[in-house]
Amino acid sequence: MQRFSCPFCGLRDETEFHFAAEAGKHRPEPAPEVSDADWADYLFGNDAPRGPAREVWVHLTCGEFFVMTRDTVTREVLGSAALPGRSQ
Amino acid sequence: MQRYSAFSLLRHGLTGHRGWRPAWAKARPRAAYDAVIVGGGGHGLATAYYLAKNHGISRVAVLEKGWIGGGNTGRNTTAVRSNYFYPESVALYDLSLRLYERLSRALNYNVMLSQRGMLIAAHTPAQMEICARIANAMQLNGVDGHLMGAEEAVRRIPLLNQTADARFRCLGGVWQGRAGVARHDAVAWGYARAASALGVDIIENCAVTGLDVQGGRICGVDTTLGRIRTERVGLAAAGATPGLAALTGVRLPIHTYALQAFVSEPVKPMLDTVLLYLGTGTYVSQSDKGELVIGGGLDRVPTHGQRGNLPAQETVISGLLEMFPAFAQLKLLRQWAGVVDVVPDSSPVIGPVGPGGLYVNCGWGTGGFKAIPAGGWLLAHLLATGAHHEISRPFDLDRFARGRLIDEAAGSGIAH
Repeated sequence: MQRFSCPFCGLRDETEFHFAAEAGKHRPEPAPEVSDADWADYLFGNDAPRGPAREVWVHLTCGEFFVMTRDTVTREVLGSAALPGRSQ
Repeated sequence: MQRYSAFSLLRHGLTGHRGWRPAWAKARPRAAYDAVIVGGGGHGLATAYYLAKNHGISRVAVLEKGWIGGGNTGRNTTAVRSNYFYPESVALYDLSLRLYERLSRALNYNVMLSQRGMLIAAHTPAQMEICARIANAMQLNGVDGHLMGAEEAVRRIPLLNQTADARFRCLGGVWQGRAGVARHDAVAWGYARAASALGVDIIENCAVTGLDVQGGRICGVDTTLGRIRTERVGLAAAGATPGLAALTGVRLPIHTYALQAFVSEPVKPMLDTVLLYLGTGTYVSQSDKGELVIGGGLDRVPTHGQRGNLPAQETVISGLLEMFPAFAQLKLLRQWAGVVDVVPDSSPVIGPVGPGGLYVNCGWGTGGFKAIPAGGWLLAHLLATGAHHEISRPFDLDRFARGRLIDEAAGSGIAH
């Protein structure tokens, strides 16, 4: 069992967490001018990086979303931080 | 190519089996090819075979960064079936099953297809309604499948837990009699041998490091064994496909996860079908050697590492023991994982992407093995003609922009 770090609760078992999305996506605006292709890329497109990755996860037990930096090959956790605007 | 037969086995037996030659030729890359396929798993090798066989294009290279069949082709749980929900999916997976049914003869290589039937089992009335819906859809789509009651399910699988306090007491499910298992390595080796005999170069230990694009078209592939000129490239590399597509700036709707599988110690025959349990997400069959071959849902952590984590292992094994308490006495012999390419609608992505001449066959997620003949057939069609086969058209990447998803995750209850 691997342990991930929630910025609010500290180290917890990996089963308490759920992967939400790759970090760094920006919702294209304004909506009426966004092409179908750009919207599809925002909704569905991923980098699926090999190695270091920034991801948004949710800690299911406290309900907070946060950014976790991990290595997707070794599974080493490199850091976790609250989303911008959320105080720890 | 040496033909295999009972007679050739006898003849070589008389000379001490010293006359067998390698099944396929090891090749070094030439300077140029008519088409290059990246990924030497079942899908890539089948693509090469059908390019040569169906379309007469044999100046083809298959580039494999490791050894052929060493990725998900060698790591799956060997089930083949076409019990899907949507017409597009049934057309695709039943093409594959029909090709599997004549594959040993077509390749002159025994892929040990055993159509022992598969039960998708339910344990609640609501799940039985879902099963009825799938069975009806299968019949409407023209493939064999019917709803099976508890009595017949237990008659076929007598070890199922039927005690009064069983947590997942089987109520029946969807039965497909043509489903079954095939020898996974033999599928890769059989396609490799047949493709090699038709002139295809199979190049192992050759990783792709770049895709050359000029004027919006593919013109070559950079590899660890040098540059290869080609105007057509097919990517069939499962979890490695996003990284390859990214070499041309293409983003795919793929997350990569580890999918684990397990085998038990070998025991006497006790399970002669393939079983998938909706309630536990665990599936199991028994190999010809007697090992139980066990699989389940994905690890919940995106990864490119080919190994599984313990929570998923516990879920799968505890699911197995809920279904078959008797299996608690068995020891696990091996456990492993492959990196699968999961798409939001659990359907593959087949078609052109990015620069002209670049095609992908990916996104099979947890179900690529059963689709190998169809994936190869359809990617070969794309590479040879530049246009979709009518069966692959709905699976084009453009479905995400058009909103025409083929959501088999919801449609047929895929366990992830």
